[in-house]
Amino acid sequence: MLRTEEMLLNVGPQHPSTHGVLRLVVKIDGEIIQDAEPVIGYLHRGTEKLAEDLNYTQIIPYTDRMDYLSAMTNNYAICHATETLMELEIPERAEFLRVIVMELNRVASHLVWLGTYLLDIGAMSPFLYCFRDREQILNLFNELCGARLTYNYMRVGGVKWDAPPGWLDKVKEFVKYMRNQMPEYHGLISGNEIFIQRTRGIGIVTQEMAISYGLSGANLRCTGVKWDLRKNQPYSIYDRFDFDVPVGKTGDLYDKYHCRMQEIIESLKIVEQAVEGFPEGGSTMAKVPRVLRVPEGEVYVGIESPRGELGCHIVSKGKDKPWRLKFRRPSFYNLQILPALLKGQNIANLVAILGGIDIVLGEVDC
Amino acid sequence: MDFFVILGPVVLLFIVLGFVTYAIFFERKVIGWIQNRVGPNQVGPWGLLQTVADVLKLLIKEDVIPQKADVSLFKLAPIIAYTPAFAVLAVIPFTESLKFADIAVGLLYYMAVSSITTIGILLGGWASNNKYALLGGMRSAAQMISYEIPLVLSVVGVAMSAGSLNLTEIVKAQQTGVWFVLPQFLGFIVFLIAAIAELSRTPFDLPEAESELVAGYHTEYSGFRFAFFMLAEYTYIFAMASLITLLFFGGWSAPFGLTFIPPLIWFIFKFLFFVFFLFWLRATMPRIRVDQLMEFAWKVLLPLAILNIFLTALFKEIPVLSQFY
Repeated sequence: MLRTEEMLLNVGPQHPSTHGVLRLVVKIDGEIIQDAEPVIGYLHRGTEKLAEDLNYTQIIPYTDRMDYLSAMTNNYAICHATETLMELEIPERAEFLRVIVMELNRVASHLVWLGTYLLDIGAMSPFLYCFRDREQILNLFNELCGARLTYNYMRVGGVKWDAPPGWLDKVKEFVKYMRNQMPEYHGLISGNEIFIQRTRGIGIVTQEMAISYGLSGANLRCTGVKWDLRKNQPYSIYDRFDFDVPVGKTGDLYDKYHCRMQEIIESLKIVEQAVEGFPEGGSTMAKVPRVLRVPEGEVYVGIESPRGELGCHIVSKGKDKPWRLKFRRPSFYNLQILPALLKGQNIANLVAILGGIDIVLGEVDC
Repeated sequence: MDFFVILGPVVLLFIVLGFVTYAIFFERKVIGWIQNRVGPNQVGPWGLLQTVADVLKLLIKEDVIPQKADVSLFKLAPIIAYTPAFAVLAVIPFTESLKFADIAVGLLYYMAVSSITTIGILLGGWASNNKYALLGGMRSAAQMISYEIPLVLSVVGVAMSAGSLNLTEIVKAQQTGVWFVLPQFLGFIVFLIAAIAELSRTPFDLPEAESELVAGYHTEYSGFRFAFFMLAEYTYIFAMASLITLLFFGGWSAPFGLTFIPPLIWFIFKFLFFVFFLFWLRATMPRIRVDQLMEFAWKVLLPLAILNIFLTALFKEIPVLSQFY
């Protein structure tokens, strides 16, 4: 037997496949990973601490920058938590607009995941196709709120802008367009032998493991656990829509891929129903006082972001600013399983497994 | 004659450099077209001078050598990588008269010389004193050595059919019968896959797998030394596309009796098709994993190549079968 030596490889924070500024200290023997330790904090901005000195409306743009691929759901988390504490009634029209933008944002977020994931695996073209389609969603958002990434669209009590004339028709058109695109993606990716070889049976997470690590979102559902907060703890008006929760069987990367692909379809279903049932007229803002003084108390709300359970915990002392604010960021919790998954894997699987978890560093570090 | 001997290679070098310049441009255009993009279109008419500008940029870059690198090896590696890439072109006959060295074992010469490049890549990875470069270099050595074996074995069938290792003779053997792509189809498939792996192109581009190894063995290289590695890579595309054309597609011979088109044009047509094929693959394929790559070479390609030799021998030697051949 040859004497071999372990090598310490520093991956990131400036590495093309760590999706931002994640750093991994990897101990490798040849190309086999012995140990991997994620180092986080390169994008930490102290959002939770900053929020203690901001009033509730001022916090909303900070949440845009947490999970920057899905800013709408972040907006909703803080607004929903505040509204729950204030026991506000949200106008119908605002709820519909919120659901439409959140689901469109989910599609956009999954498209970015798909593109970058395939890029990690070495296929270049799907990345550009995904961004082409995501661009359409960004254009819709741009028309609605004037921003393409950090929307700052929702307010406590409703949404800032009503849909401009003709916007809903464009959404409807997009849903049709996106449905037609899906077979193209499946034709390009799902049946590709190399893709299947690289993802099937790799990075398997068992149900017990997923639950004990507190995974959520597609990371949990790919193991076969049917858990989606939109169904299990309905918030907003999700109980009115008819949609499925796609689950996987084995919990490997291939199942994760299929879960996310089906989630796109389900999200489109919700958007379509929301556009159909969109209420005529009505306000987009509830009656809220100019200065939001949230009654004393504590609240935790969890919503289903594209990455999993996004929770917002507010402790209020009756002032116009939260006494303590805490976000349960799904990326942060999902990332914790990485060292367990990487042990004993080939280094080529590192990027595949890391990509499969689908982290956004803005959310991990917050 | 002397004039030709001295000036010929210089002319060829310029042709190769021109090819590399426009192959890169063509690749970017093809991939841009497949990916719904425009590709380079700003420098010069239709972006034709884009690569020229890129090369100029590389030329005037600062020559960076990492402090802890092995300086002499670091400087030597790109030269070792490039020289064989150009040297193999000596035995490639472009037409019956346009060739440089007509040696009897041309095919063997190609295979032997082209494997020297691996040493350059390994040296580059080692001398850089960078872990990513080292991993890239090791992968590259493992991959190229593994795929060389099916590559060499797959052309044995061709050599047996033609009865020669001389590339001109191999083309001549195809002019009397059918192109070897038909009787040697199994050999052709093995050769094509192994050739793509030898070239380290997608889906076998592991040595420089960007998403895993940053840039693989040339992570630390910049400026003109980096350009030399790239030059070697594209020169091999030139050589390999030529070799496929010669071995399996009748070289410069015209199909269907279309002899009014000059042989050189035929050669260029066939050759360009394979160049396009490589770029096409790059835009549509994910990357295979390193252990699967090795398994594929040893467990699939090698047995197939040996089977091909066996079948060729069978068809050639058994009288009843050889009349169909």
